[in-house]
Amino acid sequence: MKAKTKDYNEEYLNLVKRLAPRTNEPRSLFNAFIVGGFICIIGQFIRYFLMYVFGIYGDELAGATSMVLIFIGCLLTGLGVYDKIGHYAGGGSIVPITGFANSVCSPAMEFKSEGYVYGLAAKMFVVAGPIIVYGISASVATGVVYYFINLLSA
Amino acid sequence: MWDIVFMYLKAFLVGGAICTLAQVLINTTKMTSGRILVTFMLLGAVLQAFGVYELLINFAGAGATVPISGFGYLLAEGAINGAKNGLFSAITGGLKAASAGITAAVVFSFIMALIFKPKSKIN
Repeated sequence: MKAKTKDYNEEYLNLVKRLAPRTNEPRSLFNAFIVGGFICIIGQFIRYFLMYVFGIYGDELAGATSMVLIFIGCLLTGLGVYDKIGHYAGGGSIVPITGFANSVCSPAMEFKSEGYVYGLAAKMFVVAGPIIVYGISASVATGVVYYFINLLSA
Repeated sequence: MWDIVFMYLKAFLVGGAICTLAQVLINTTKMTSGRILVTFMLLGAVLQAFGVYELLINFAGAGATVPISGFGYLLAEGAINGAKNGLFSAITGGLKAASAGITAAVVFSFIMALIFKPKSKIN
């Protein structure tokens, strides 16, 4: 009986292997490269724009640039455009900061129907939560290590 | 003039290369987007902890700051700068530097979620 189940499992796995849509690898890499690069060009444009038109420099410039990009990412998510880009571009739309905005905005919209506290606000951090958890942990570890290195080398 | 054009080109190539790397990971390991984001954010933070990522930013500008690894860079860089002013700012420096991104993501997402209805998930 057991052996038979195993056969069935193998049969099933073969079926899955045969029927699952293959990711066309070279094509998906090309799409990711083009779209990801293009989003970075937009970022560079916003950077120059803020620098020359509004005269923002340094840390403020980096923060303002990512705020504008995040706004664009959230707006496109709200309009339902970003999912379409994501379907086409894969990693090219996930990795830029607009993809981070998408990962915050998309579940917030999706779970609004479950209420404003446990739906919208809680589900907002389904993907962004881990990023913040590991990001802040890594940042604190780095800061403390550097603090003691500075102490020792002073 | 030409250095601006050149800067756009470098941003395109480096940003595209980082995204292609992510796509390679997705194709080979079937990682979900959440894992990809965490991996690349940590990659940026670790590279900056060794002082490497800022070299890439000096070279490629937005090509290195726009990908999520640039967010990890900000967290690490803020902590390193804070460490010069004592233990307290070594702990708070990272989040302080990344506050613009997190605030924007939360506030804009909240507003958009209030305004828009989710589109049905047919791609």
